[in-house]
Parts: sequence; structure tokens; C-alpha cells
Amino acid sequence: MTGTKPVQARLLELVRNQYFWGIVAIALLLAINVAADPTYLSIRYNDANGALVGNLIDILRATAPILMIAVGMCLVIATGGIDLSVGSVMVVAGAVSMEYLQNVGAPDSVGAALTAVAFAVGISALLGLVNAVLVAIVGLQPFISTLVIMLAGRGLAKVITEGQNTTASNDGFRWIANGYVLGLPVVFIIAVVIVLLVAWIVRRTALGLMIESIGMDAKASRLAGINRRGLLFTVYIGSGILAGVAGIFATASVMTVDVSRTGYQLELDAILAVVIGGTSLAGGRFAIGGAVIGAFLIATLDKTVVFLGVSSSATPAFKAIVIVVLCLLQSERVRNLFRQRRAAKASAPKEVVSA
Amino acid sequence: MTSTLQPRKDGSSNLATGDRPVSQRFRFDLNTLPTIAALVIFIGMIAYGEIAYGRILQANTISNLLINNAYLIVLAVGLTFVILTGGIDLSVGAIIAFSSVSGVMLANAGWDPYLVMVLMVLMGTAFGAVSGVLVQYFNVQPFIATLAMMFLGRGLASMLSTVPERLSDESPIRALATPIKIIDGEKVNDLVVTPGVMLAALVVLGGFFVLHRTRLGRTVYAIGGSEQSASLMGLPVPRTKLAIYIISGTLAGVAGVIYTARLGSAQNITGIGWELDAIAATVIGGTLLTGGAGFVLGSVVGALVLGLMNVLITRDGGIRPETTTIITGGILLVFVILQRFVIRQQR
Repeated sequence: MTGTKPVQARLLELVRNQYFWGIVAIALLLAINVAADPTYLSIRYNDANGALVGNLIDILRATAPILMIAVGMCLVIATGGIDLSVGSVMVVAGAVSMEYLQNVGAPDSVGAALTAVAFAVGISALLGLVNAVLVAIVGLQPFISTLVIMLAGRGLAKVITEGQNTTASNDGFRWIANGYVLGLPVVFIIAVVIVLLVAWIVRRTALGLMIESIGMDAKASRLAGINRRGLLFTVYIGSGILAGVAGIFATASVMTVDVSRTGYQLELDAILAVVIGGTSLAGGRFAIGGAVIGAFLIATLDKTVVFLGVSSSATPAFKAIVIVVLCLLQSERVRNLFRQRRAAKASAPKEVVSA
Repeated sequence: MTSTLQPRKDGSSNLATGDRPVSQRFRFDLNTLPTIAALVIFIGMIAYGEIAYGRILQANTISNLLINNAYLIVLAVGLTFVILTGGIDLSVGAIIAFSSVSGVMLANAGWDPYLVMVLMVLMGTAFGAVSGVLVQYFNVQPFIATLAMMFLGRGLASMLSTVPERLSDESPIRALATPIKIIDGEKVNDLVVTPGVMLAALVVLGGFFVLHRTRLGRTVYAIGGSEQSASLMGLPVPRTKLAIYIISGTLAGVAGVIYTARLGSAQNITGIGWELDAIAATVIGGTLLTGGAGFVLGSVVGALVLGLMNVLITRDGGIRPETTTIITGGILLVFVILQRFVIRQQR
């Protein structure tokens, strides 16, 4: 089979690629939308505010917060941990920024917007620090410490806003989520820049490798002289900050923080994006590119559900089932099953391609 | 503790093998320190409440404490099994949401209420069984498997309904919450129990019996001590691990029935954060989060500590109810850190 069918081999490689199925799923969803409305993919240019308008642009906008938490989650999961607190960190960050903007003297100044962003990022870094201390120094299981922050965080947001859904107005802050640069939503550009920055840092330096090493074998990495605590601090604080940015994105678009709904169950989206991207929940390996595709897929799915008018109450259950299925596919037992089938079919190469 | 006397009387019967571990666990040592700490805190909270607000140590407050926390006690018993093996079950709150919403809807659709109650429990069993299969046969980490079940349960509950579903007033399911006076005190100061509380007491006794008097219980402790050793000793590890998730799910279903009967309605957001309450109750009660040591009765004390905390917060009035989760989380963390300290001392 070698040499004679390079196309086939290339096709096989493509199908085995971890990103392939995610992209196929996105294309399928878009195709369904196009089938429902042939003009779905069309993008107009709005002269009034220099913005591109269209469903695809909406998807990009919806992708931005998911991208942030998915990338943070991806790094945490690579260390063999998990961060269940991302949704709650989002709402705390949103609550802090809205409360500040509501009470600040000059609500419309750019300075106020920047301070609000700084406060939001600061408090999320603090919550990430709490997670990091609990995991790295106290030695708590990650899911317990982040579960505490997940539930206590929402309580904290309610305390900050005194149970209200705080609203504020600030053009600068609003621009983050609703503005356009070169026709593209600012929020998407910021998200892409941050993702590229994170990807560049973890892949161009040894940081990513070291993160994977503590997830793969904590003991061996310690013997190799890797600073486990420092790395855990980096990933949990990093995840906190990224969730804070996502919180800013989520609240800036409507300039309101909804204490019971902002970021609610978004840890589900983050985990889903990560596992769709081929990152094993057991840790030791991560693929930021995969998490990015996962985030795009989830945003497309959410928008499709809304666009088609399907009841969106079914999506969380559907996502949970996808997580279970992907977990099953990652498990040793199922893999062995596939391996046996592949071995059995090795004598009939044509079937391998069609399978 | 009277049970400290037990080791002296044993020696001959084959029950002694069952007796000794129990009595050893009750001995005053570092292992029991967290449980004793929980008891001390519970008594301290009662004393503080009595002095600061009054009317704590009286029949109707105690009755209400039991009635309002019967579901939490049941959940804590279930989680004690899971945590003893070193696992976790994050899905209990969502199981309650799903089983109570679907139960109320079925009852309102005219199904036989007794059948509905059985079904509500069995739904919990089903969720537990899926978690157990994922954990045991597909090597999914317990928190991932049960987290997925949590999202699934909550998602399914939201699919069914997003508004409160009310149980009709004459539904026999509500009978589980009918007050039964045991001591008729002056005015409203009665000692009251409900069938729900009795059910919870039965669950506690059952849990105690299974953990301390049966092979399954011993295997649970052995898995928590070291799964590999338990397996090398020839204990039925896979079956037991599957069983504990089924037990936890089933008890979550039971808790759902008790809670629905008391409240008379169900909603998809019921039970958010209850997994934390149940974990906190178990951990406060002295069960090691890493598994291998703990007691069902300690978890009951833990659940009552949390319940009493809610009573005190309500009585105080100055503390916002939103802070409850923060305080619960804080207490949980303090106890886990205490456990770490205890384990380090032992080494």
C-alpha cells in the first residue's frame, strides 16, 4: 500500500489529525445553517461604524470568551489538574468592574475603563492565586479547591454587587466588546492576540514542556529538577487571569453583570473545548490549537442552536454527553478495541480509508 | 465514648474481626481528631447560639434542624462511601434536580405517586451506575466522570422545565413531610419528626451497618487505604467501586424524594452547590478526602454543623445569606488543611 497511493496515505494522515474532526464539525454546523438560510455566510460592510456585519462575525464575537477560558483550562489540565472556577471568576471579574464603573467619579473616561479592567484582572489573578496556593502548597486535589472557588465565587460576586445585577455605562469599556478595528470585532482581535501570546510563550520556551512533564509524571519531573510549585502557580494564576478577561468580554457586551447567569456553567464549555481539541483529561499533554478549534466549535454550536430556533435548554445536556463520549474514546479500553479492529483490517487497506 | 471498652470483651468469636476495627477507629487518636473537632464545634455552636440568640436548644429548633437537613444527611452518607474509597461524587446536586423535576412532572401527569417515588430513586441509581461504569471500566477520573454526570443531570433537568414545578397539595408524596409529634411541648415547642427524617435515620443506620459490619464496608475502607493492596488481597475491588457510585447515586435519589416532599415543588436549579455541602459535611465529620478513614456518624454531625450554621446565620440577620457558600467553602478548606496536618503528624 506504500508508495502506490500517496493520496490515500495523505488522506489517512488528515483523518487521523486531531484537528480534523473539529473542523469537519464546524463545517457541518455551518452547512446546516446555510441549508436553513442560504445567505447565512454573507458578510456586509457597514459604512456607518466601519464594521463587518454577519453571522460569521457574531460567531467570532461569541468565540472570544470561550477562547480565553479554554486556553487557561488547557494549561491547567495539562498539569493533571482542573479549574472548575473559571465561570465564577468571570462573574466576580464582571461584578468588580461594573461596581467600579457605577461608582467612579468620571464614568466615561478612558482612565476609568482601564482601571476597571485592571481591577477585574487583579481580582481574577487573586482568585487564581488562591487556587494555586491550595493546590501547590496545601496539596489539595485541584477539583476540590477549584470547586470551593466555583461555588464561593458566585457568592462573592453576589456580596460585591449586594445581590443586584449591576449596570454601568462607559464607552471605553463597552468598546472592548462592541467596537471594531479593521472591520473585525475588537473582542475577537484581543482574544486572538492573547491566545497567540500564550501559545508563543508556552511553545517557544520550555514552559510548555515543563507543564506537560508535571502532568505526565510529577515524581520524575521533580527528580529532573522542575519547579512544580512555580509552574502550578503560573497555570492557575494564568487561568484565573484569562477567565477574568473572559468575564470582562461577557459583561462589556451588555454592560451588565448578571450575578446568577454570567459565566454560569461555562466551565462545561471550557472543558469541552479542551477535550474536543484532543487534550487528554489525564494530563501530560496539551494542544492549544485544538482548544482553539474546540472554542470555535462550541461558539458555532451555540449560535446555530439560537439561529435554528431550537430550544437552547437542550445544549448543556448534549455537551455533557459529548464530554462523556470523548472521555470514553480517550480511555484505554476503547482504544484497545479500535486497535484490534484496525489490526484485523490491516490486510484490507481499502477499508481503512473508508472507515 | 463507650465503645473504647469493646476491645476488652472480644477475643473469641469471629465477629471480633468486625469489632476491632470499629473500636480502633473510635479510639481517641489523631485519626478521630477531626470527628471530635466536629462534635466540639457542633456543641460550641449550640452553646454560642443559645447564649447569643436564645431558643436554640429546644425541641422545635432541633426538630426543624433535622427536618430541614434530612436530605443533606442522606447525601452525606452517600458521599462518605465514595470519599472513603478516595473517589468523589460531584453529581449529587444535579441528580436531585433531575429526579425531583421529572418526579414532580410525572406525578402531576397522573402517574401513581408511589411508583414515581421509586422511579425518582432509580433515576439516581442510573446516574450513579453510569458514573461507576465510567470510573471503574473506562478509567475516567472520578471527578471527571461525576462532573460530566453533573452537567448532564442539570442539562436534562433544564430540558424538562426551567420554572418551578409544583406538586399538587393532596399528592401522597407530600406525606413524607407530614409532621409527627413525638413530644407535645408547650405552645409550638414540640419535638416533631417527619417520615423523611425517619427515612434519613434509616439510611444512616443502614450506612453504618454496611460500612462497619459487612464485607462491602471493609472493602470500601481497604480500597481507600490502598486500592492496589486491596486488589492483591483478593477483595472484589471493581464490583465495590461500581457499588459505591450506585449507592451514592441512589441516596441522591432518596434525598431528592425527601427534599421534594418537604418543599412541595422542584426546579432545575434545585441543588446547585449541594455537592459542596455534602462534601463539606463528610469532611467536617472526619472522613479523609484521600480516603481510607472516616465514619458515617461523623458525616451526620458534619451535616448538622452546616445546618446549624444556616440557622445561626438566619437568626443573626446581619450576615447576608449569599455568604453561606463562602463560609461553607472556608470551613471545608480549614478541615482539609487540618487533615493534612494530622496525616503529616502520623508520618
